[in-house]
Amino acid sequence: MKHKYLKNVATLCLSAEKCIGCGRCAQVCPHGVFGMNEKKARIKDKDRCMECGACARNCPENAITVDAGVGCAAAVIMGWLTGSEPSCDCSGGGGCC
Amino acid sequence: MNEERSCCCSDGGCCAGESITPYDKKDTWVTGEIRTPQGGVPVASTILQFKDTLGAWKVRWGIGRMDYKINPGIYAVGNPDHTSPVLVSANYKLTFDTLRKELSGLNCWILILDTKGINVWCAAGKGTFGTGELVRRISKTRLSKIVSHRKIVLPQLGAPGVSAHEVTRQTGFSVVYGPVRAKDIKEFLNSGFRATEEMRTVKFTAWDRLVLTPVELVAAAKTSLMVFGVLFLINLFAVREFGLADFIAYAGAVVTGTVITPLLLPLIPGRAFAWKGWLLGTIWTAWFVWLNGWFVPGFLLLAIGYLLVLPSLSAFLAMNFTGSSTYTSFSGVIKEMKAALPLIVLSSVAGIVLVLIKSLSA
Ligand code: SF4
Ligand code: SF4
Repeated sequence: MKHKYLKNVATLCLSAEKCIGCGRCAQVCPHGVFGMNEKKARIKDKDRCMECGACARNCPENAITVDAGVGCAAAVIMGWLTGSEPSCDCSGGGGCC
Repeated sequence: MNEERSCCCSDGGCCAGESITPYDKKDTWVTGEIRTPQGGVPVASTILQFKDTLGAWKVRWGIGRMDYKINPGIYAVGNPDHTSPVLVSANYKLTFDTLRKELSGLNCWILILDTKGINVWCAAGKGTFGTGELVRRISKTRLSKIVSHRKIVLPQLGAPGVSAHEVTRQTGFSVVYGPVRAKDIKEFLNSGFRATEEMRTVKFTAWDRLVLTPVELVAAAKTSLMVFGVLFLINLFAVREFGLADFIAYAGAVVTGTVITPLLLPLIPGRAFAWKGWLLGTIWTAWFVWLNGWFVPGFLLLAIGYLLVLPSLSAFLAMNFTGSSTYTSFSGVIKEMKAALPLIVLSSVAGIVLVLIKSLSA
């Protein structure tokens, strides 16, 4: 059974001009967001992107941008309360691991 | 194991004969030491013992979880030589155990990064499983002298933290991303470093979700103690005291949010976690209130109060599970929270007021 999360929120963006078709993005994405098409990467299913940032960090040509962050409500609340960047802090028992 | 010492201190280090990776001699999962020109390397067993299983069980329930780690460095599995593959992993013992138990019959090296005892996925998100630490660990263990090839296998879930081309530029090692799950490693290695589409996709099965719930439950139970304390105080003045039925209603809502919702996740209609939790919380509360016969004029305040507060509680707890899920995005969670949090707070406050009125007024 496939999990689905909210639609049309992912900040993923691919620049076809910069792409050299190395295929790394398709390899690292844990949700199969990318496909390869005639030596270029292509975003197949943007709604499945969880903004982990793996593709962007591993693209040798910087062709991909994504607002990477933790998809974790507790972290976001802590971020709001302390005015800092939400980070996945697994201490304190609850949380992400 | 190896008592005799050899000395071949090629690059200034004089520790040949000593282990490159410090380990506790009492650690029963270390079965011996293998000698390399650079020094000894502890050999890790591929069989989990009772102690390992017990340890895993404990951390799942949140006991001593931040301190369940092994020393970073290099380890051996089987009897590897300079041509054997190198697998990279995190120093969270649970992660290490999951990996090594899949490696029986293989000869390979395991390079353990210092992720502060956190699993690969979370550490990659934080950046501790990252380019910098990997480059440092490669040079610290003098990996390039231990193996003659220039290839390392990283778990795919480490990719958010590591920039493969950067690692290659700085160390000369090329990075191959392996499968998501440790159980596929053997097949991956045997097929010449080829991961199938299926090996590359994160699944998040019911079992994956189930093992994550105890920690959530324990955290919620701790907070609940405060709630019980307050209720106890209120009982001193209450006209209608809180009793077993109220406790069950509350506990049910907590379990609904922390265990039932995560378990049934893909089966519950809708997408937002808070919605899913709220839906199940409402079903639970309505059922329980009806069961107790509280849908009568005298108890209406209580019934409506609980219907406002308990589903909100389940919704909040379910929303917290976004942190454990492997498919929720940051933007998505923000959007969900902006919509859900105000509703949760309003509904809870209204509900609490109603329940209190019922308890305190004749
Ligand atoms: S990693 Fe970058 S260059 Fe390579 S295929 Fe993907 S977008 Fe193109
Ligand atoms: S950010 Fe992560 S989930 Fe989204 S496309 Fe890139 S690799 Fe895939």
